[in-house]
Amino acid sequence: MSIVIKNGRVIDPASQTDRVADVLIVDGLIAGVAPNLSSSHAEVFDATGMIVAPGFIDMHVHLREPGFEHAENIESGSRAAAAGGFTSVCCMPNTKPVNDSVTVTSYIVERARRNAVVNVFPIGAITKGSAGEELSAIGGMKEAGAVAISDDGLPVMNARVMRRAMEFAKSYGLPIIQHCEDLNLSAGGDMHEGAASVRWGLRGIPAAAEDVMVARDLVLAQLTGARYHVAHISTRNAAAMVAFARRQGLPVSSEVTPHHFALADTDMVAYDSNYKMKPPLRACGDREAVTEALVAGAITAIATDHAPHAGSEKMQEFERCPFGIIGLETAIGLALEHLVHTGKLTLARMVELFTTGPDSVMRLGRGTLATGTPGDVTVFNTDLVWTYDVNQSPSRSRNSPFDGHTFRGGPMATVVGGKLVWRRDGA
Amino acid sequence: MHAGLLGIEELNRAGIEAILARAKDFQPMQSQTVKKLDTLRGKMIVNLFYEASTRTRTSFEIAAKRLGADAVSITASGSSVSKGESLVDTLNTLAAMRPDAIVMRHAASGAPHFLARHLPTPIINAGDGTHEHPTQALLDARTILDRASHLEGLRVAIIGDIAHSRVARSNVFLLSKFGVDIVLCGPASLLPKELAQLAPGVRLTTDIREAIKDADVIMMLRVQLERQHEASFPASEYFRFYGLRLEHLDLARPDAIVMHPGPINRGRELSSEVADFQRSVILNQVENGIAVRMAVLEKVIG
Repeated sequence: MSIVIKNGRVIDPASQTDRVADVLIVDGLIAGVAPNLSSSHAEVFDATGMIVAPGFIDMHVHLREPGFEHAENIESGSRAAAAGGFTSVCCMPNTKPVNDSVTVTSYIVERARRNAVVNVFPIGAITKGSAGEELSAIGGMKEAGAVAISDDGLPVMNARVMRRAMEFAKSYGLPIIQHCEDLNLSAGGDMHEGAASVRWGLRGIPAAAEDVMVARDLVLAQLTGARYHVAHISTRNAAAMVAFARRQGLPVSSEVTPHHFALADTDMVAYDSNYKMKPPLRACGDREAVTEALVAGAITAIATDHAPHAGSEKMQEFERCPFGIIGLETAIGLALEHLVHTGKLTLARMVELFTTGPDSVMRLGRGTLATGTPGDVTVFNTDLVWTYDVNQSPSRSRNSPFDGHTFRGGPMATVVGGKLVWRRDGA
Repeated sequence: MHAGLLGIEELNRAGIEAILARAKDFQPMQSQTVKKLDTLRGKMIVNLFYEASTRTRTSFEIAAKRLGADAVSITASGSSVSKGESLVDTLNTLAAMRPDAIVMRHAASGAPHFLARHLPTPIINAGDGTHEHPTQALLDARTILDRASHLEGLRVAIIGDIAHSRVARSNVFLLSKFGVDIVLCGPASLLPKELAQLAPGVRLTTDIREAIKDADVIMMLRVQLERQHEASFPASEYFRFYGLRLEHLDLARPDAIVMHPGPINRGRELSSEVADFQRSVILNQVENGIAVRMAVLEKVIG
């Protein structure tokens, strides 16, 4: 079984490739990148005028299975990933039950093997039940397939527990991903604390809630030497502190979501829960700062934090609605709109943020087009004008603030292990 | 544009002036022996109160009845709300009974704004969380204008738990549109600095004496313990530093009036002497509430 993706502009940051070429995948592995490749039985995808890149990795999604299948499951979430140009996703452990055991990790791996159209890599919980107290079975989960640990959605508030978790993660060679939020400072908050929250009478989540946790964790990362990753970074101070730690040589990294570089609290539609997530949309200055940190290389990955919630849960009083928005299908379009079309990043740098950036944290052995690596390829386009219709989404949820948004450029085809799992209509 | 009344922020000066002028027409009625008109005869108004309220709910009911409308009041505890029905489902059910307006109070900021996007029935906001209480600001303006010829150039001090006050926000939005010099005062934990950006002409101070100095109007707010989720201020110290006492009034303009949206807590935000002070207009506010709400109902439904 083989496929050849012909005549695209191949951008592979790992090998510093940027030229028009064909990509040949045979038996699920990259067989070569060169002009005029052919194989007698190969399926052909004509990528003329398109960008052909290593398969994009979203290191932060919520697939809601097991436990919340009314909002999403591994199958539907993986289809949304494919439609967004992602070939691999890492799913957070806040399922029901929480993925804090070999049993749940194995269940997710098995369900993904049967039902997912993209690669699914589970992230195990740091603590049992993500309750922040007792460490979970980290080593066993790693053997079962977990690629990182995190209590995402909840931070590890106890500094001693966090220290021990970092020490265990280090000994197992796993990165530890923290949702940075001091729960005492953020308690009861529904949006960023600032002029808009005060105007609308909504309780605020101060930027300081993120900053103090990042500061504490960086000190602990220095103490333990653990590989530490800040999830969905959103504030100016947090970005500056991560940049500082990296200059000190600490194995520290961070990701930003498309919505945090695309939107600020001033862009919110008042009391519309499709703008409600954690961390919240921050001030314009924070949005600028995380964008600058992306450009400067201090933030090394874009991750969506795809967080599906059923419609009825989002159709409530703002303060009652759960946090989170879906984001898989709009990530490339938003990155092009805000980072590439604005001239802030080259296409190659954007591709890095979706490939080698996340892979350097998660160490999946993907994110390149090197011969012999898994045949995952993302094909996208930089000028196709298209409008996002959330009601057409393969996701089971509809909670996106970008419904109806018109993009310039977006995913065209997604190849996972040599198999074409999604292509845009007409592509 | 939604036909109801969600907040003061989205009204313009002319719209506010029209309501205040119409309310003035209704004022004499309040003391007549026959107090009923038939302007809204055959109209149905639902008062849906998700939060305890005596004066606002009663005031809306009386206003509706004086205009000849039928009014039904529903409180959250006695309805399907306690059976777990969602807000949207409750409102859709009520809307299906074709009322001409729904007057709504809710503890969640923005609840009426959210519903207005999904319901055809006009919604009148009778207070949403810590956001707006538009008819309170209108009746406050009516009360000030009963004693002053215009709002422009007045100095108004609003003192107390500003952070949690929908009365403060609606008053700021209204007074600012008329060029009033507004001073907001309270302990720092109840006075977020971003309040200064709410509207033009707003200053902040944590010193009650500075706030009252040369004020034409002093609006005292209730300490909303039910909306505070933490100890924002030592309760034992509140009256000492932020309670209004008679001696403070010497700092204000000689004819300054004292207002309070009620219910008052004597000895907490103001002394008993101030509450009964001759230039306290707290009961005038209550009386004007009916005239102003008649004007609002007439505008929305009539």
